[in-house]
This record gives sequence, C-alpha cells and structure tokens, in this order.
Amino acid sequence: MAVLEVKNLKKNFGSTDVLRGVSFSLEKGQVLTIIGSSGSGKTTLLRCLNFLETPDAGEILVNGKLLTSKNEDDIRQNRLHFGLVFQNFNLFPQYTVLENVSLAPTLLKTGSAGQIRQQALGLLERVGLSQKANAYPYQLSGGQQQRVAIARALALNPEVLCFDEPTSALDPELTGEVLRVIRGLKDRGNTMIVVTHEMEFAKSVSDVVIYMAEGVIEEIGTPEQVFDNPRSEKLRAFLHGVQEQF
Amino acid sequence: MFMQVLSQLLGGFGETVKVFILTLVFSIPLGLVVCFGSMSRFSPLRCLTRTFVWIIRGSPLMLQLIIVFYGPGLLFGLPAMSRFNATILAFSINYACYFSEIYRGGIESIPQGQYEAGQVLGMTKGQIFFKVVLLQVIKRITAPMSNEIITLVKDTSLARIIGIYEIIWAGESFIKKGLIWPLFFTGVFYLVFSGALTILFGYLEKKLDYFRS
Repeated sequence: MAVLEVKNLKKNFGSTDVLRGVSFSLEKGQVLTIIGSSGSGKTTLLRCLNFLETPDAGEILVNGKLLTSKNEDDIRQNRLHFGLVFQNFNLFPQYTVLENVSLAPTLLKTGSAGQIRQQALGLLERVGLSQKANAYPYQLSGGQQQRVAIARALALNPEVLCFDEPTSALDPELTGEVLRVIRGLKDRGNTMIVVTHEMEFAKSVSDVVIYMAEGVIEEIGTPEQVFDNPRSEKLRAFLHGVQEQF
Repeated sequence: MFMQVLSQLLGGFGETVKVFILTLVFSIPLGLVVCFGSMSRFSPLRCLTRTFVWIIRGSPLMLQLIIVFYGPGLLFGLPAMSRFNATILAFSINYACYFSEIYRGGIESIPQGQYEAGQVLGMTKGQIFFKVVLLQVIKRITAPMSNEIITLVKDTSLARIIGIYEIIWAGESFIKKGLIWPLFFTGVFYLVFSGALTILFGYLEKKLDYFRS
C-alpha cells in the first residue's frame, strides 16, 4: 500500500490558481523529486502536505487514512506524519544544535530525557555533526545548519520527509555535504519528497520524478523517462533552459 | 543641615522609586495585553486598541495625570481616587501603550520561518510563542525597553502635578528657606538611579549575547 496518496489537490491564492488538481502516490522508501520552474506550485504542494497551507480541495491519505483538518489539534496531528526541511534552515537560534534536535520530542514527550538525548545524538552522528552538538546555529556554516535541520526533522520519525529546495540558499561548495546526507537517508529507507533545482542529484537519487508546470503535474515517471525521454514540449524547454545555465 | 536635607530628599526619592516600580509592575504585563489587541486579526478590536494607543502616546502624560485624578469626579461625580493610585493608574496606562509598540515591533520582527519550523514539528501555538519566539523577542527589545524605562525614572517627577511629594518637590521646598543647592542635588539621585539601570540592562544584554538571531 502507498504510504502517501494525494488526490486532486487544489489551492488558489486570491485569483491565482497555484495548484490545479495534483494527484500522485508514493511507496514506502521511495524518493520523489519535484522539478519545475519557480511559480509552478512545487513549494505550495510541499506546504500543503505539511499543513502550512490549507488546500481548497483534494485529499491527502497517509497509509490509506484520510487526513482531515477540522480543528487545530487535527492539523497538529497531521503534521506529525510529515517532516519539512526548509530552504532557509530556520533553526532556533537560542538553542544549541542538540537542543534544536531534541526540543520537539521533549515537548511531545516521546520518551525520557535520556532517551531523547541519545536519539538526538544518534541523529547528529548520522548527519556528521556529533562534534557540534553544543554549538549554536550562528557558529555553523550553511551546510552544517541544513544538516542540523535535517536531523531535527528526523527526530519525530516522520513517515514522509519533505525538502523544500534544501540547497538553494547554500554556497555551491556546501551543497555536496547536504546532498550526501539526503542520499544516505535514502539508503536507510526513508521516504522522501525533494523539491530541487539540482538536476544531476534528482536524476541519481530519485525513484520517481515529477515535473510541475502551472499548478499541474505535466510529467511523471522514472528519472530516465523524465530526463532522457521527455514527452512534453514544456519539459524539453525546461530541461534545455536548466542545462544552459551550466 | 546636610543630613536634614538628605533625609527630606530621601523621603521624596522613596515616592519616586515607588511610582517607578509599581508602574513597571503593572505596565509590563498590561503592555502585552495592549500589544495583542493591536495585533488582533479581529479588526474592530485592533482599530480600537490602536486608536487608544494613539491618544495615549499623542497627549502629554501630565494632562493624563490631571484627567485621571480630577476627571472621574468632575465628569461623573465619582469619589476621587487617592493621589497615589491615580498616579500609578495614569503612569501604567501610559507606559503600557509605549511598551506595547515595542513588543509589537519585536514580535513582528521574528521571521515567519521560526513559526513555521515550530508548526511542522507539531508544536502548539503556546509552545511556539514561549519556547521559540519569546526569548528572541526579549533579546530584540532589550535596548528599546531600557530606553523607555530610563525615561520613566525621570517622568516620575510629573506626578507632583497632582500632589505627589516626589524628590524634585522635596528639593524645591528648600528654596523657601534660602537653599538652592538641594534642588540641584536631586539630579544626583536621578543619575545614580539611571546609572544603576544602565548597568542592569547592560548585564541583561550580555546575558543574551550567547546567541544571534
């Protein structure tokens, strides 16, 4: 059974239709990347999945269960199925790296203080930042901050971990370390949705690639299908444009 | 002679300190209430609060003292409050309005991403405010708050207009006896008091220096 099913999701801001009926499903352990030019609705889709935006229509099912959002508590529960790593990291500046990772589990009382601490340290090791556990965010590079943000998102064991252009705010020489961590998560079987402009990365890490344009899924398929044999004119033009940047 | 002046000035200074402390005790939390009112998504409440803040910030504190003390009796025939209570009431309302705007500036300067990071981690609104946002706000408003609080030290002298025997009045009363220096000497009290506050706020700023936001 699919871990995530999205059915006919729609969202508009005022008179602008940002999502015009998006449907797809994702199997456990799969990595889905979403590509497309800015304004195509990629980020809005991720924000809808994390209930930072309320869709106007459509359904989101996790493990076959429909997520409803009647009140604030529902929405909070729904969010726990998903994790989100932001473009700008959004670490909490007043907390150490370790505290950033353990804050949410502590507030949700997922275990004893000792257990939460051990788990957080384990996650920091996984992203290669054990030695920075007691540092504050401002003392870290962008790449390190983003790796902390990934550890923080993993701390609640989300079923689907979402990345919103995780390397867009980084200097080019720092993107590698973040992409390596994401690749490592795939090897451990994490289910992920990655919005990215890193085409080479998308090609190599994905099980499924979605190309979005103007609020709809223009094309969906394996990386080979999407990158090597694009069917639509729009996608060909997009890929061509991306290549020209390099 | 000096001792006699000193003891009289200290008496006035005691009133000054009482007005100062009680005003802070009431206006700091009241400011938060006013702040939430002026940030409310319910527009009638927001407009009402902002109009109120405009009136309070837009008119002299001295006038407000007079209105609070004499107004209820003259307008509605109500029994007058004690001079001291009227002073605390007027000062608290006045400073709450100023504080509310400082709070609002601090809260609105926190990036939306901080709230969203808390939301996707399943935090409640209260948890986001107290565990994520509040300390960052406190750090950002420390400097403007210290400014306002030092202003309050000196504003307390306005209370004499409704008959609070504060330190400047105490100093001035010696002029009748041919002594001018006690009045000048009151300045030393203000300087020492605001100096201590400056050190206190410097300490607080340093305490919050461990992170950057």
